[in-house]
Amino acid sequence: MIGRIAYLVMPVATVLLAIAVLWYSGALWLNHPFQLDTYERADSEWTAGQLVVDSLNQDRPVLPAPHQVLGELQRTVLEVSPTSRRSLVYHAWVTLSATLLGFALGTAFGIAIATAIVHVPSLDKSLMPWIVASQTIPILAIAPMVVVVLGAVGLTGLVPKSLIAAYLAFFPIAVGVVKGLRSPEVMHLDLMHTYDATRTQVFWKLRWPSAVPFLFPAMRVAVAIALVGAIVAELPTGASAGLGARLLSGSYFGQTLQIWSALVVAAILAGVLVSIVGGANRLTLQAMGMRR
Amino acid sequence: MHAPVARPQEPATTDDGAAQHPVIGVDGVSLTFETADGPVRALLDVDLAIDRHEFVSLIGPSGCGKTTLLRVIADLEQPTAGVVTVEGVPPAEARRARAYGYVFQSPALYPWRSVAANVALPLEIMGLPTAERQERVARNLDLVNLTGFERKFPWQLSGGMQQRVSIARALSFDPDLLLMDEPFGALDEIVRDRLNLQLHDLWHRTKKTVVFVTHSIPEAVFLSTRVVVMSARPGRIHDVVTCDLPAERTLDLRETPEFLAIARRVRDGLEASHAYEA
Repeated sequence: MIGRIAYLVMPVATVLLAIAVLWYSGALWLNHPFQLDTYERADSEWTAGQLVVDSLNQDRPVLPAPHQVLGELQRTVLEVSPTSRRSLVYHAWVTLSATLLGFALGTAFGIAIATAIVHVPSLDKSLMPWIVASQTIPILAIAPMVVVVLGAVGLTGLVPKSLIAAYLAFFPIAVGVVKGLRSPEVMHLDLMHTYDATRTQVFWKLRWPSAVPFLFPAMRVAVAIALVGAIVAELPTGASAGLGARLLSGSYFGQTLQIWSALVVAAILAGVLVSIVGGANRLTLQAMGMRR
Repeated sequence: MHAPVARPQEPATTDDGAAQHPVIGVDGVSLTFETADGPVRALLDVDLAIDRHEFVSLIGPSGCGKTTLLRVIADLEQPTAGVVTVEGVPPAEARRARAYGYVFQSPALYPWRSVAANVALPLEIMGLPTAERQERVARNLDLVNLTGFERKFPWQLSGGMQQRVSIARALSFDPDLLLMDEPFGALDEIVRDRLNLQLHDLWHRTKKTVVFVTHSIPEAVFLSTRVVVMSARPGRIHDVVTCDLPAERTLDLRETPEFLAIARRVRDGLEASHAYEA
């Protein structure tokens, strides 16, 4: 039993320890010049131990130490009301809502476009290059235009952000679902032919169930990049709320602690979203009687 | 859509309509596939007529066109020459009227459907009401001795059981004609023997017309009323052997002189057509 637990815990603990060691040494290495400079200007005596402690507890470090980020998270997550504009929970929710709406829109659009491509042969040739090209344009170049154009017609806040998230999210969905809808074996299709099934029946009774195992891995990628899209959409638009806004204002004012704690929250959010999609995948395949 | 009607079993002699035309008529059929290596003559000038309640096996080496001929009858391939009729109409029309059930080489069950839902698939497509679907699923699973497995998924069954589900699926809408493409080819010999017995019994009871593709001589002779021996390159009919064995067949039959004599004639036919030149 103890052996089993050790077997599960040891690798994770080792990696965490290695990250902590690297992070602390990096923080020390990057922050100590400023600390030395400070000592020199103040003309004060210093010891090696003091240098280490001070370098790891600066107000605006080049690279904040892990305990500083945790402290900042405690102040902005636990010690303020979630509705306060100083709360990271509030900002995370602003980004999350845009992510979820964008993910939903992107998934719906991706499935629709995949269905069209599979059923209309000419669309495969004519549409696919545009879909691929759409993803080669840096999202940072498109985001401001989308925000400005939509702002001109009175759409601000959630909608432009989620459209940018959807712009990124639809791509893996479309590619995955096209592959999935084309995955039925010839024999399975021949069988439908012998029953004289309509295209609609072939779609719902064969193609769509065949595509489900392809849909979920695509959704895992899509939900993660929808989050990236929502954050990026907050950067060039001077958004006042959201994780992207925190990153931006943090970099304006040299608040590295604020940047890093926003990054950590974004990473946790991405991890949770991907896990939820993974769980939904397991449950769905189980309900469909498919072996894992 | 034509919902199939359950027909009462009746002896052949009272079926006046059937006497006028064979269930399957193949007249001068050729099929050439255009491939990258040039044209392949899969079928050349094939003539065959199959009457009601017959069990006809197509036997021959790989590439002799036996599967292609079955697919032509099922409207899964189009012949390049000749005329095919199924129930007196062109194959496409027969297919739209759901005149036949097709059993593939592999069970081709949908993995996300339970056994019962797989058997119900053609019934759903043909738009039968739920109550009748359930009744037919139960009846046909009973016919292939799979009662009690309704809620299992395909991967939970052995290969032989999966193929029996696919036979139940082909029978579920009660077609008069069953087209079977090496249905037991992937199974081991013991399972195959048992399924041959069950299939013979099933054919004997339901009096369907069956066209059966195989490359096993004992299987063909054991099951059939006639064995069609085909040769390859180009695929054509070499010989047609009548199996006038007793209607009640057990596996022991395969040891009798009568059985062996027929099997011998089929083997001679295959050899004479240079089907199995090493």
